[in-house]
Amino acid sequence: MSGRIVAEEELWAAVGEPTRRRLLDRLLTEGEATATRLAAGLPVTRQAVTKHLLVLDRVGLVESRRRGREVRYAVRPDRLDLATRSMRRVAADWDRRLQAIKQIAEQAHRSAITETEERR
Amino acid sequence: MQDRIEKEILIEAPLEVVWRVVTQPAHIECWFSDSAEFDLRPGAEGTLTWGDKATTSPTTVRLKIEEVDELRYFAFRWDYLEHEQAVETNSLLVEFSLTPEGPNTRLRLVESGFAALERPDADKERYIEHHTQGWAAHIVRLTGCAVKERGRSPVR
Repeated sequence: MSGRIVAEEELWAAVGEPTRRRLLDRLLTEGEATATRLAAGLPVTRQAVTKHLLVLDRVGLVESRRRGREVRYAVRPDRLDLATRSMRRVAADWDRRLQAIKQIAEQAHRSAITETEERR
Repeated sequence: MQDRIEKEILIEAPLEVVWRVVTQPAHIECWFSDSAEFDLRPGAEGTLTWGDKATTSPTTVRLKIEEVDELRYFAFRWDYLEHEQAVETNSLLVEFSLTPEGPNTRLRLVESGFAALERPDADKERYIEHHTQGWAAHIVRLTGCAVKERGRSPVR
């Protein structure tokens, strides 16, 4: 159970970084690309792109394939879906908390009105 | 994909009531953590604790109040380590904004800082645990919480 949670948290941290999100978006559009090609469309060096790709590779969000002297990267859609779901769960927690705040405040307000009317 | 969470909700209660529910530790213990300890002033540090103290080891999370603008805005950073100061790379910023809409209140929530977060692996498990807290226990407490608020005057 906790193993699964840790894995999701790592995914979540990996996609939390803006450059890595742009890399994922590019890979989703292009299907497969080398670090050099990806760096061409971004304001970062190829070395930086390679580092980000390694982070994504480590958590399994991308996979790499060697073709001759080139290494090509592609997104693993199943893992990306898991990362997105993990973020949605944090958002869902806030939905529940806000609903609770609403419930507490509205109940308190309603009973205050009732008490005021009873006193009249 | 996003790295911040934004939510809003319309509450049929005046600003003063919503402000108290959002900012007072006694109320936060109803909708967020099992216990909450802090002073409501910028720079103050406190704790949020989860878990039944009698049966399981509780998880304590630190928080630091960033800004308090009475009835309008409340912001805190949370979930950084014991030996650390709350900064962008080790904590998340939670912001509540309140706006009156006639007799009602619009409450807006932003949690941000996910992108800048850098965490050693050892902390990740602990971290995700209280970000995905089960909600069942909170529901049970809600009714009692409204009663707590009832003893006060809702409009000053």
